[in-house]
Amino acid sequence: MGMTITEKILAKHSGGASVSPGENIWIDVDVLMTHDVCGPPAFAIFKKQFGEHAKVWDPEKVVIIPDHYIFTADKHANRNVQLLRDIVAEQKLPHFYDVGTERYKGVCHVALPEEGWTRPGEVLFGTDSHTCTAGAFGQFATGVGNTDAAFILGTGKIWVKVPETMRFVIDGEIPPYLMGKDLILQIIGDICVDGAAYRTMEFAGTAIEAMSMEERMTLCNMVIEAGGKNGVIAADATTEAFVQARTNAGYEIFHNDQDAGFHSVYHYQAEDLQPMVARPHSPDNKAGVRELKDVKVNRAYIGSCTGGKFSDFLAAAEILKDHPVKMDTFVVPATTEVSNQLRETNINGRSLWQIFEDAGAQIGQPSCAACLGGPDDTFGRLNADEVCVSTTNRNFPGRMGSKSAQVYLASPYTVAATAATGRMTDPREFFA
Amino acid sequence: METIKQGKVFVLGDDIDTDQIIPAAHLVYSLDHPDEKRKYGEFALSGVPIDKSGLPDGNIPFVASGQSESPYAIIVAGKNFGCGSSREHAPAALQIAGVQAVVAPTYARIFYRNAVDGGFVIPVESQASLVEHFQTGDKAEINLTDYFIRNQRTGETFPVKKLGQVENIIEAGGIFAYARQAGMIGE
Repeated sequence: MGMTITEKILAKHSGGASVSPGENIWIDVDVLMTHDVCGPPAFAIFKKQFGEHAKVWDPEKVVIIPDHYIFTADKHANRNVQLLRDIVAEQKLPHFYDVGTERYKGVCHVALPEEGWTRPGEVLFGTDSHTCTAGAFGQFATGVGNTDAAFILGTGKIWVKVPETMRFVIDGEIPPYLMGKDLILQIIGDICVDGAAYRTMEFAGTAIEAMSMEERMTLCNMVIEAGGKNGVIAADATTEAFVQARTNAGYEIFHNDQDAGFHSVYHYQAEDLQPMVARPHSPDNKAGVRELKDVKVNRAYIGSCTGGKFSDFLAAAEILKDHPVKMDTFVVPATTEVSNQLRETNINGRSLWQIFEDAGAQIGQPSCAACLGGPDDTFGRLNADEVCVSTTNRNFPGRMGSKSAQVYLASPYTVAATAATGRMTDPREFFA
Repeated sequence: METIKQGKVFVLGDDIDTDQIIPAAHLVYSLDHPDEKRKYGEFALSGVPIDKSGLPDGNIPFVASGQSESPYAIIVAGKNFGCGSSREHAPAALQIAGVQAVVAPTYARIFYRNAVDGGFVIPVESQASLVEHFQTGDKAEINLTDYFIRNQRTGETFPVKKLGQVENIIEAGGIFAYARQAGMIGE
């Protein structure tokens, strides 16, 4: 039988000609990414296991992007960033995007593509569950814990079980009010939070082929919310244009064989889909936004690796340019590059930054911020019983701070529309 | 590896995610520094809404206020235990609180892997959800030679799955010990 994209990438990195789902194999790692929360404990395990004077397997393949707890007075959080600096100095690691320097980026999953670290055909591991975002570039990318990361740091290798692939074919033309976020919330709602456990989620079809890289990233970003091991989209001209603009490194594009085997195949028609939310307290608790028009909301949040990319803010600004917000609204660009784009991109003579300020939103500094709660002083954190509509990825109890808060996950269009009205609002009300 | 685990059971529902196992605000603490490490025990499962904490009745804290060790050595939970983030602090927090094994019908992939590769807790897979068959505070025995869990209050016995391909890693105590035994990395 033929192989899928994921099987081909894993076969190549295992040194073998072919692999089959269910097989446990050892593979070579192209890039290991870590951040301020998991970097220090991963390196602590690395030293404990390989020795106080051990060196990482390849400094060129280790990427360190502090992003989680950056703009906080929490002394332990600040200590962890300092620990990263100490490690980088000692190991002479060249790819460190340090806080307070010109290299600082922000959210790792958006920073990795910007800096050319996401390349078709490669294997990327990261100490963060949303590492699966990079599958949008036609590569194998997944999250691991500190121990596995330490093993990779010492050896450049790790074991994986070859996943079966679930294929999601989305055909047709995506309506102007619909975003990748609506598609993935629909899919997770259909298959549930464990519907893709241990498997690959591959996205294909004419709607996907027409998508920008950022929208593809939104799809792959949330495969972990369905339990997926990795998401993948075959690299094409859109992918190549993005990658070539960011790196001179080589890459290899893989496609499914004609006779590749899939666990299952799902079909969607883009025109039939509608703006979706995930209600509290689970990413699969789906509902059409129109079903929830009586739900009052008092907090809006636009940010994170899922919904803090430039196109996410462009979408929100399309609505907020004419409508002030009616609730506390927090805008957190994922990276410094996105932040700069907000200042440099104009709609009718006003920058996006100005549009958000004029609408009454508060704009924070690039980082993960309140997506995962964090220390008490985190920008935008839910500290009481707020009802929040958010472009982020997870809404289990307490995810954005307080266990008493309720989080509705939605697209940037829906979050902006809701911020402008005070109740859950389908963005089609603004697309007359 | 000891093949029989005994202890008091703490019962949880479906889809217990890593933010409920150890809320993200606490991830700032070191897992090596003894005083900070205790905090992971103190805050283990503190993110579970209190009415869902310790089923069937709920309202039972997993760790008493101000303590860092739990009286419960076995967690019986519903499907997809450990979903969410990749934080290894989650299985570590359970171990620090004194948990030896979790028994659930299914696990989220990264949690399962972290539990095994880090040698923190044994993720035992039950054939079906056992949430209805245990009450928080029951005493139980897990037998990993004959693959069952017994509720010592009711006398009921339920089969659990063999550990399968990861048994060697669990047996060795984690991926590093396993790789050394297999000659993959040096002593």
